[in-house]
Amino acid sequence: MALSTVSRVRRQLPTSPWLFAAPGLLITGAFILYPFGSTLVNAFTDRRTLIPGHFVGFANFRELWHDEMFWTGLRNSTLYIVGVVPALVVLPLLLALLVQKNIPGITFFRSAFYTPVVASIVVVGLIWVWLLDERGLVNSLLETIGVGRIGFLSDQWLLLFSAMAVTVWKGLGYYMIIYLAALAGVPRELHEAASVDGAGAVRRFFTVTVPAVRSTMVLVGALSSVAAFKVFSEVYLMAGPSGGPAGEDTTLVMLVQRTGTGLTGRVGYASALSVVVFVVTVMLMLLVLRADRKEDS
Amino acid sequence: MSVIERTRPVQETAVREPRITDQHGRRIRVWELVLRYALLLIVLAITVGPFVWQLSTSLKGPTEDIYSSPPTFLPEHPTLHNYKRVADTIPVWDYAFNSLKVASANVVTNCVGSALAGYALARLRYRGRRVATLVFILAMLVPVEGIIIAQFTTMRELGLNNTLIGVVLPGCIGAMNVLLMRNAFLNLPYEIEEAAYVDGANVWQRFLRIALPSVKGTLAVVAIFAFMGAWDDFLWPLIVLSDPSKFTLTIGLNYLHGTFANDERLVAAGTVIAVAPLIALFACLQRYFFRGVGEGAVKG
Repeated sequence: MALSTVSRVRRQLPTSPWLFAAPGLLITGAFILYPFGSTLVNAFTDRRTLIPGHFVGFANFRELWHDEMFWTGLRNSTLYIVGVVPALVVLPLLLALLVQKNIPGITFFRSAFYTPVVASIVVVGLIWVWLLDERGLVNSLLETIGVGRIGFLSDQWLLLFSAMAVTVWKGLGYYMIIYLAALAGVPRELHEAASVDGAGAVRRFFTVTVPAVRSTMVLVGALSSVAAFKVFSEVYLMAGPSGGPAGEDTTLVMLVQRTGTGLTGRVGYASALSVVVFVVTVMLMLLVLRADRKEDS
Repeated sequence: MSVIERTRPVQETAVREPRITDQHGRRIRVWELVLRYALLLIVLAITVGPFVWQLSTSLKGPTEDIYSSPPTFLPEHPTLHNYKRVADTIPVWDYAFNSLKVASANVVTNCVGSALAGYALARLRYRGRRVATLVFILAMLVPVEGIIIAQFTTMRELGLNNTLIGVVLPGCIGAMNVLLMRNAFLNLPYEIEEAAYVDGANVWQRFLRIALPSVKGTLAVVAIFAFMGAWDDFLWPLIVLSDPSKFTLTIGLNYLHGTFANDERLVAAGTVIAVAPLIALFACLQRYFFRGVGEGAVKG
């Protein structure tokens, strides 16, 4: 009897469901799916901001292949994954273990560690530009302890590395919360059994904690690698709009933004670059999902 | 030497120490507690220190040396002079108001739009519901950075580039928010709505009076993340806004940094203006922030 009532409840008023879903579908269609489709189409045209453009086949992709800046962008975005993801998988887990126990004042620390997540990336970028400045706080401290000043923001590689450090710094609190939720589900008995068996803190970490939160580690790896590949703001703010010395710190999304916007923007070429961003993003997600499934079986 | 041999005696002496226990009610050894607090303070210095340093820089007057080595952490004569200078240099309060307008609009549209769509996906039976759900799932997977140029050309076609409406529109009903609301509605028991149906309540009454009040928590999460997302956003407003009078705070700060990069006190004051409201919001509504991360991560 209950079942039939349920289906009657849901069957009522045939037009209103679409009324309910319409605003969401309209916005999603107009500003996500339509732009997605038009990116795929534009990638095969020579469209510019003010000129409609014609079909040019694979010309954009051929040009891209010979564009040194494209390879620089692809290299930097890929390096970003390599540099950022291991740190964002491991450090927030350690941090979560540190704030897991309910000792006095721990809620204050948990919230404090989350502050960088709340701040805008622009604020964060500018704070670190000043901290890492030739005359900034980090260099003052380094000079005080006798190391000497380092040009964090003038060398191509140091700049990219500093931007990675900022990304990690801003992401720590976010992933810490994800790990905290996962750690709450680890049965306490596992730890007790391990410590009765004589396992120290380090061994318990590898034999109990890591296997228990492994799927969360995969999730964090997936989220952070997709985000890392699409990095824009940190590098844009720290290296400048042109991407550091000789543009050597340009990332793929910075290149999309630079070529595709403004009145002379090459929409067609920027769309071809965007297609590369899609393809790599999807590949990353599939790769991580496969790694997860393999470990499960 | 085994761990048990080493720790047993310490545990026994710990009985006399103040009873500080972990979440399972077990006592924590004193040396471990000291170590934990030491580590916590180090991480605190790393995560919050930079904000404090920025605040300190913004309060230092023009005659004070901000480059000294070793550094001076506290301003000798704290002054609000730099905040006045920011307002003289860029219309910072107009920018803050623009950010507030964009963020508030984003909250309203996301709450209304995703609650309606989420309810349709979860509760109403109609042809094409699966397709509609799939549309939102696909939309959630599209990387925004990859379609930003096409979004820009779409805005131009609509004549909405360089307007605050253009800033709000693309994210005004986030696909992830719709799916979050759908899950929240799915988790409600059917029986209550059934009873209301039997009593003659129509679909709007059931939505407004019964379903919606039961998902207030999720709605709060959607609202907070919509506000934070819009207030903090950088790439999209940077692309869509070109007229300095329409800038939001983040774009204004980028402009300030680009034009007055060597005036660190000025930039510091600007960043404090941009970050202070959000830190205040976070301080008041922490638990929703944390819930949002959990729900977004599991379902996103």
